[in-house]
Amino acid sequence: MPLSHDESLLDACNISRRLENGPSWLLHAVSCRLWPGDRVAVTGPSGGGKTVLLRALVWLDPFDTGHLLWKGAPLLGRDAPSFRRQVIYLHQQPVLLDGTVEHNLRQPYSLQMHSDTQYDRQRTITRLEQMGRQADFLDLPTRTLSGGESQIVAVLRAVQLEPVVLLLDEPTAALDEDGTRAVEQTVLGWQAENPAQRAFVWVSHDAQQARRVAIRFWHVDQGHLKERSSEP
Amino acid sequence: MNASYIELSYVQVACAALLVLVNGAISAALGLGMQKHWLLAVVRTVVQLTLVGFVLEWVFREERWYVVLVMMIVMTLIAAQTAGSRSERKYPGIYRNTILSVWISAWVTAAYGLLVILQSEGSWHQPQYAIPLLGMILGNTLNGISLGLNTFTDSLVRQQDEVEVLLALGATRWEAAHGPTQHAVRTGLIPVMNSMMVVGIVSLPGMMTGQLLSGTAPLQAVKYQIVIMFLIASATALGTVGIVLLTYRQLFNKDHQFLHERLK
Repeated sequence: MPLSHDESLLDACNISRRLENGPSWLLHAVSCRLWPGDRVAVTGPSGGGKTVLLRALVWLDPFDTGHLLWKGAPLLGRDAPSFRRQVIYLHQQPVLLDGTVEHNLRQPYSLQMHSDTQYDRQRTITRLEQMGRQADFLDLPTRTLSGGESQIVAVLRAVQLEPVVLLLDEPTAALDEDGTRAVEQTVLGWQAENPAQRAFVWVSHDAQQARRVAIRFWHVDQGHLKERSSEP
Repeated sequence: MNASYIELSYVQVACAALLVLVNGAISAALGLGMQKHWLLAVVRTVVQLTLVGFVLEWVFREERWYVVLVMMIVMTLIAAQTAGSRSERKYPGIYRNTILSVWISAWVTAAYGLLVILQSEGSWHQPQYAIPLLGMILGNTLNGISLGLNTFTDSLVRQQDEVEVLLALGATRWEAAHGPTQHAVRTGLIPVMNSMMVVGIVSLPGMMTGQLLSGTAPLQAVKYQIVIMFLIASATALGTVGIVLLTYRQLFNKDHQFLHERLK
């Protein structure tokens, strides 16, 4: 059954962005569409605009042209927090607060937008075990974590909020093989919980990883986006 | 003039200038290379204060409301300009924001001091009250504003990632900026609170000292000083909160985005 326009999740329409008063375009007239259940891998050279694209899809920066549609409707400023509750962007470098791992996982629930849900410790421990960690991992101070462990916390922090879309910016770039598998499994597991709805966009330098996780492939270079039928 | 104090001659002032030679000597002996700066500092102190002296002589003699008003406006604008220029990071609209926050906080408190406390309704423009009162308020508000502004922009730059992670997890712009906001307002107010804590014990404030020197009864001088301290505390609080909120509005837009590129 063909999907109509208003059944898409997220539409980027003709989005351009450049640095304030800057001469060159970071993104140039990019349009793309994310369907429910989509698994997209983004590849392309460094500095080509992959990160800018993900930031644009979650509307973290103002656009010079273009706009976003969320489930077919134009996104309004006042809806940005509730939109970002459903579309979560993960930074390339995991950013954690001081304090323990658990403090970091609880933190989003103190935000107005998540006040109707609660931190579920048991669920977290189950997820941690799937990633090969024990419950005492929760008590570790974030300062002592390795890059890979920090990324695991960042992914958990996002996944536990049960977003509809995850935008992942090279989440496994700093991870060893085990860490990479753990993150891939967690993200794929989260998607498989509701495969007809949940979607992700995953920036990766690794063509093999792109083929492992994705069914659609975007290539971003010099601020332009091209869809490819397969990742070569 | 009521000479219950010793009138100073220029010779006496010159004697005081000799003291600064010690500073020059220390600089020369330790090779600090500050001699020129000391000379400049001495010359500026003398020239600036003498000029202000002439201006004040004239303003006090004229006693016209518009002269006092112009003087107050000039003082306010200079304070606002200084507060803005001390900020290490600038953004478009920074001077408009420092002018707004200095102006409103200092003038509201000064008006309260002159009209409600001193009750000089018919004579708010008496330079004897209006100018030193506003001057002291401005001097302190300026510090709070520049500290608050500096702390706010600095923590936003250093915590840009934290702020963005909060936004990316669904925080409103206010929630995302909350930590830096609190930190900045608190930092801006610490000096005033510290000086209120130790006033009279560690230091005798300048105005009180001045009144004592000119023969005012100590308890009267103390009452004036207490009033001034409260005016300063309130003006600094208003000004610091003002500049931080105005800066927040400039750096976080209605789409809950952090416009970090505006900070230079």
